[in-house]
Amino acid sequence: MRAERQQSLRSGEAISVRGLHVGYGNTRVLHGIDLDFSPGSFTALLGSSGCGKTTMLRSLSGFVPVQSGSIMVGGRDVAGLPPEKRGMAMVFQSYALWPHMTVLQNIGYGLKLRGVPKAEIAAKVAAMLEFLGLSGYEGRKVTALSGGQRQRVALGRALAIDPGILLLDEPLSNLDAKIRMTMRHEIRAIQQRLGVTAVHVTHDREEAMTMADRLVIMEAGRIAQVGTPEEVYDRPASAFVANFMGAENILPLRVEHSAGGASLFAGDAAAELPPALRDALPAGRAMAYFRDDVARLDAADAPSAGDLVMAGHVAARAYPGGVYRYRVKTDDCEVTVDDATRHELGAKVGLRIPVQRLHIFPASEAGLAA
Amino acid sequence: MMRLASAARATFAAAILTAFAFVLIGPLANLALWSVAERWYTPYKLPVTYGTRYWEQVFRPTGDAMASLGTSVWIAVLTVIVALALSIPAGYALARLKLPMRAAFMVLFLLPQAFPSVAIYINVARVFYQLGINGTVLGVVLVHAAHGLVYSVWIAAAAFAAVDKDLELAARNIGASPLRTFFTVTLPLAMPGIIASGIFVFLESLDEFTGTFFVGVPQVTTLPLLLYNAAMGGNYQVASITALILLVPSVLFMLFIERFLRADVLAKVGA
Repeated sequence: MRAERQQSLRSGEAISVRGLHVGYGNTRVLHGIDLDFSPGSFTALLGSSGCGKTTMLRSLSGFVPVQSGSIMVGGRDVAGLPPEKRGMAMVFQSYALWPHMTVLQNIGYGLKLRGVPKAEIAAKVAAMLEFLGLSGYEGRKVTALSGGQRQRVALGRALAIDPGILLLDEPLSNLDAKIRMTMRHEIRAIQQRLGVTAVHVTHDREEAMTMADRLVIMEAGRIAQVGTPEEVYDRPASAFVANFMGAENILPLRVEHSAGGASLFAGDAAAELPPALRDALPAGRAMAYFRDDVARLDAADAPSAGDLVMAGHVAARAYPGGVYRYRVKTDDCEVTVDDATRHELGAKVGLRIPVQRLHIFPASEAGLAA
Repeated sequence: MMRLASAARATFAAAILTAFAFVLIGPLANLALWSVAERWYTPYKLPVTYGTRYWEQVFRPTGDAMASLGTSVWIAVLTVIVALALSIPAGYALARLKLPMRAAFMVLFLLPQAFPSVAIYINVARVFYQLGINGTVLGVVLVHAAHGLVYSVWIAAAAFAAVDKDLELAARNIGASPLRTFFTVTLPLAMPGIIASGIFVFLESLDEFTGTFFVGVPQVTTLPLLLYNAAMGGNYQVASITALILLVPSVLFMLFIERFLRADVLAKVGA
């Protein structure tokens, strides 16, 4: 069995989606998606609810009819085919295990459909259960299993047919936090071992980043950004992506170009704009997005030293562990900042923000995110 | 004082329960008593002589009662087959497919209940007479099935609606055709509800009187007709025993419902 699994290392199939339009009735959900999935890759479709990520997955699997566009798998367009002819196996958010069947019957269902003899099904299911750490569970009713075990059986059922493509529809959202962590690593490890092409839908940013090679951020039925976790996290392409990836503090800015370079102004504070950003930003109003852990609290009269330093006071404080989390009010805005030192409520502080770590977008574009 | 109040409350509750039990059990007790009363006349409050003579008469292999019990069961079985053959596809379609005028269809199956049944059955009898199926088992089965469809279609639709669509999609997803999915996933999961509707139709058929009276008499004699004849003839013993026999399947059905039918299926009836 081990050898067999090793062999299927090349079994991952490529998917190529072009101009995919999907809708329900008169409501358009996907507005022309172009996306490629390379064999053996692990892609996470990430977005808030209603962005179309689940619809995207369901149109790949054939559960939702495609209005126009193509889905190429192995050189043929499967967009018009029924689900059973697509060779994609899905793990459902609800697991969708059949309660009237045992674990053996659930995992063996796909093999039975393919006319595999009974003894061989039993052997393959046993090997699959061993692979999933559920040896000896064949005769159990699926209703008698815990959440994590059901999850594994659902995964086993999908993998039993040796699919080229594995679709994961928020498979971890019904598990409690601790099991979710282990399952993240298990699913990732299994996918790596089998070399299957995985498409994972989730609204959990951390889950997407820890499991996937590549993130696809979706916004209102369109792709907002595609990239590795590092790219999307560190270099968001739009205000929406920056905000979605956790840069939730918003700072209104003014950009001014001069002969020697460009400067940023936020209230009374000012800083030089780094050369890399100079050409990308037109003069005028802009919005900066940054994460809680980017800014620091300093003395109210601290020197700028290249950073933006804004005067403000502590409006609220919490201790989530490790560092203090402050709500700091300045004249223009209110932001959340993590800092290791303790400040009292109402204390005058200097909010120090390194310009390099800001995600700055012209106000006209950024307006979309709010 | 407190004790008096609580004692009064307990007495009141006991009185209510007793009254309730009497309303429920009183007629049944009367039936049971009549079934073993060989002689019972006024002014006596209880039978004068007890005995099982009438039970023996009813259960005598050559007796009318056994013959009509056989007819009743046979008609009920055929009615269940006809009703399920129609209500399984109809229920699935109503639960799953996007039918225009779905509500209209659901109401359509209720229509036979909306009019006075005697008026309907007189006309049905006239039509069946012209077709030459009056007084046949087929005629009675058709009448019973039309009556039973009201329940079986609604219950079947509820049973199919209660099956999670993802369970079907999961089967399609790993390679099952729609038909295969229906027979391996949808139907087995809807089965408790379908069985319940089948039993319900069976009981309705067993109990049915009006339609059988107009369409079946005199060739087809079911148990309720026998009961009617016995009661009209003043033979309360045979009437009581027949009634008790008719009670048995109903009680079994209640136990089945209580034991096997999921609340979420019941909740979807008519939804």
